[in-house]
Amino acid sequence: MLGKLSWDAIPYDQPIPMAASTVVALVIIGVLGWVTVKGYVPYLWKEWITSVDHKRIGVMYCFLALVMLLRGFSDAIMMRSQQALAFQSPGYLPPEHYDQIFSAHGTLMIFFVAMPFVIGLMNFAVPLQLGARDVAFPTLNSVGFWLTATGALLVNVSLVVGEFARTGWLPYPPLSELQYSPGVGVDYYLWALQISGIGTLLTGVNFVTTVLKIHAPGMTYMRMPMFCWTALASNLLIVAAFPILTATLAMLLLDRYLGFHFFTNEAGGNMMMFMNLIWAWGHPEVYILILPAFGVFSEVVSTFSRKPLFGYRSMVMATMVICLLSFTVWLHHFFTMGAGADVNAIFGIMSMIIAVPTGVKVFNWLFTMYGGRIEFSTPLLWSLGFMVTFVVGGMTGVLLAVPPADFVLHNSLFLVAHFHNVIIGGVLFGAFAGYNYWFPKAFGFKLHEGLGKAAFWCWLVGFYVAFMPLYVLGLMGMTRRMQHYDVPAWHPWLIIAAFGAAIILAAIVLQVAQLVVSIRHREELRDLTGDPWDGRSLEWATPSPPPAFNYAVLPTIEGEEAYWDIKQRAFERLQLRDEPEYREIEMPKNSPTGFVCAFFASFMGFALIWHIWWLVGVAAFGAIATFVVFAWRDEDEYIIPADEVARIDRANRASRRAVLEQMRAAAR
Amino acid sequence: MSDFDPEGATDVAPGEDDAESVLTYVVGLALAVLLTIVSFFIAGTSLVWGPSIPVALTVLAIAQMGVHLVFFLHITTGPDNVNNVMALAFGVLIVMLIMAGSLWIMSHMNHNMMPMEQMMQMQR
Repeated sequence: MLGKLSWDAIPYDQPIPMAASTVVALVIIGVLGWVTVKGYVPYLWKEWITSVDHKRIGVMYCFLALVMLLRGFSDAIMMRSQQALAFQSPGYLPPEHYDQIFSAHGTLMIFFVAMPFVIGLMNFAVPLQLGARDVAFPTLNSVGFWLTATGALLVNVSLVVGEFARTGWLPYPPLSELQYSPGVGVDYYLWALQISGIGTLLTGVNFVTTVLKIHAPGMTYMRMPMFCWTALASNLLIVAAFPILTATLAMLLLDRYLGFHFFTNEAGGNMMMFMNLIWAWGHPEVYILILPAFGVFSEVVSTFSRKPLFGYRSMVMATMVICLLSFTVWLHHFFTMGAGADVNAIFGIMSMIIAVPTGVKVFNWLFTMYGGRIEFSTPLLWSLGFMVTFVVGGMTGVLLAVPPADFVLHNSLFLVAHFHNVIIGGVLFGAFAGYNYWFPKAFGFKLHEGLGKAAFWCWLVGFYVAFMPLYVLGLMGMTRRMQHYDVPAWHPWLIIAAFGAAIILAAIVLQVAQLVVSIRHREELRDLTGDPWDGRSLEWATPSPPPAFNYAVLPTIEGEEAYWDIKQRAFERLQLRDEPEYREIEMPKNSPTGFVCAFFASFMGFALIWHIWWLVGVAAFGAIATFVVFAWRDEDEYIIPADEVARIDRANRASRRAVLEQMRAAAR
Repeated sequence: MSDFDPEGATDVAPGEDDAESVLTYVVGLALAVLLTIVSFFIAGTSLVWGPSIPVALTVLAIAQMGVHLVFFLHITTGPDNVNNVMALAFGVLIVMLIMAGSLWIMSHMNHNMMPMEQMMQMQR
C-alpha cells in the first residue's frame, strides 16, 4: 500500500534533523494559521498563487530563493562548525549525516537558490525592459515556477521523511547506484531535479521566445538593454543544456529502478560517461547562472555612474561568445579522470579562452564608471564587490584550467574556494544587486540603504574570511568533504573559516532586518515617481509597482537607452509628451493550472521515491487531466477597459509632471 | 495580444493557413514514408554493393531530417524565418559539439584506462 514508506523513515533517533524539522513545521503551521485567521487566503490565491503576471511570478521566484538560501546557509554553517571542531575528534555530526548536509547544501544552493533567483529577476525585469505586457506564454511561466517549488519541497521533505543523498551535489556513479546507495536519498535528489528541471526548461523556452518575438515597436535587437541580452544567452543555454541533465538523470533512474546498466560497474556500464554527460550540462549551467548576473551589473553600473554602458556592442558580442564557448570546456571538471594529454590540453586551452570575453566585460564596466558621476548606493556596492571578488575567482579558475596544476588541486579545498569565489562573488552578489535595484519597482518603496550597506560589508568581509583560508588549505593538501581530520596545521585555518561563516550569518541577519525595517518604514521610503534611481531603461517609465498591463500604450523606441531619451526630451521641453489615446487592453486570465499541476507532481515525485505505485498513477493522471482542462479552456483573456487604463496612466503622468513642475520652479 | 507583434504580422504560424497546408503535410508524409521504406529495403537488399549500405542509410537519414524540417517544421529561407534557422543552427552546433566531444573523450578514456593485460595483448 505505501511501498517502502513506514514509520522507520522518520529519523527519531537523530536530534538535529528532528529539532530542525520541528522548528520548520512550527513556522509553517504558524504562517498558515496567521494567513487563515487574517483571511488572506483568497487574496493569496487570486493575486499570487494563480497569477500569471510575470512580475508576480518573478517576485515569487526570488522569495523562494531567499527562503531556500536560509536553509542552504544553515547547512553551510553546520559544515563549517563541524570542520572547526573535528580536529582529532568526531565532531558533532556523524558521517552519514554530514554527507547528507554537504549534498543538500550544494543541491539547494545551485538549483533552488541561484537558479530561482536569476530566473526571478529575469521574470520581473525582462518584459518590462522590452516594453512588453507579459512573457510569450504566461501560464507556462506559472507552471515552471510551481514545478521548481515542487522540487524544492521534495528536497526539504527528505529532511523528515527518509534521508537525502550522500553522494555530493552531483550523484557520481557507481556510488549513486543501487548497489552502494540503496536508500531513498539519491531518489529524492533525482526526482526533485527531474521535476524542477522540467520547470526550468519551460522557462527557458518561454524567455527565448519572449526576447526574440515580443517587444515594443522599435525595440530592435541592438537597442535591447544588456540584461535582456544576457537573459537571452542564459535561456538559450537552458534550452540547449537542460535536456542533457534530464537525459543523464533519467539514465541513472533507469539503472536504479529498472536494473539497467548505463553507469554500473558490471555488465558493460561506464560510469565515466556519467561524468562526461553531467558536466556537458554542468559547465553551461554555471554560465546560465552568471550571465544574468553580468546583465544586472551592466544595468546597475551604468545607472549609478550616470553614463551609458561603455562598449555596448562588445558586451553583446562577449555575451554571445560566452554562450557558444560554454559548450566547449566541460572536460576541465574531470582532467584527472584519465583522458590523456591531447584531450586535456585542448580543453585546458578552451577554458583559458573563455576567460577572455569575461575580461572584456570587466573592462567595459570599469570604463563605464570612468569619468562618471558615481553614486555609491547599495546596488553599486554589490557590483564593486563583485568586480574585485570575481576577478580573484576568475584568476584561480584560470589556474585550475592548467591541467598539471589541476592534478595537484583537483577535489581539494582550493577548488571549493574557487567555485564559491565565483558563485558567491558573481551570482549571489549579482542577485543581491538586482534585488536592491528592482525592489522599489516591484513594491513601490526602496529598501533601507543603511542596513543594505551594512549587510553588503558583512557579506564581503565574511566571504573573504570564510573562503581565503580554504585556498590555503587546498594548497596544504586538504581534500573537500572531510568529516574529520588529524593534521594540526589545518586546524587554525578551519577555525578562521568558521569565523567567516559567522560574519556571513550576521550579514544574512542584517538582510532580514533590512527587509523588515523597510516594510515597516515603507511610507518614508516610498518611491513616488516610479524612477527612484534616475534610471535609463524602459522599466523606469512605469509607475512603481507597475500595473498588470505594464504600459498603457506600448512605447515607441528610438534609441539604445529608451527611457533616458524620453526623460531628456521631457526635461528639455519641461513638459511630458502629449497624452496618448487610451484603448482597452486584453490581458491573460489568472490560472490555477501551474499550482494544481505542481500539486500532483509533488505527490507523483514522493510516490516514485517511495515506490507507491498506485499513487504514481493517480497523481500522473491528475497532472495530465489538469493540462487537458487547461487546453480546453474557452476564455483565456480578460479586458481592462480604456477608462481604467487612462486612470492608472494619468496618475503615473501626474507624478512625473510634479517633478517637472519642481524643475520649472527651480529654473525660474 | 496581437499588439505585441513588432512586424505587425498576424498570429498565424507559417504554413498554418488553409487547404494549401494540408497538401504540404500530405506531400511531407508521402516523402517521409517513401524514405523510410527505401531505408528498410536498402538494409536488407543485395542489389547494391554491401559496404555502401551504411553510407546509403546515412544519406537517407539526412534526407529524412530535411523532409521533416521543411514540410513539418516549416523551416524556410524567408526573412521571417531567420530566428528559426538560427535556432536550428545553434541546436545542430551544440549537438555536434556534445556528440563529437563525448566520443573523442570517451575513446581516449577507454584507451588510457584499458586493463593492463588487454593492453599487453594488443601489443603482442
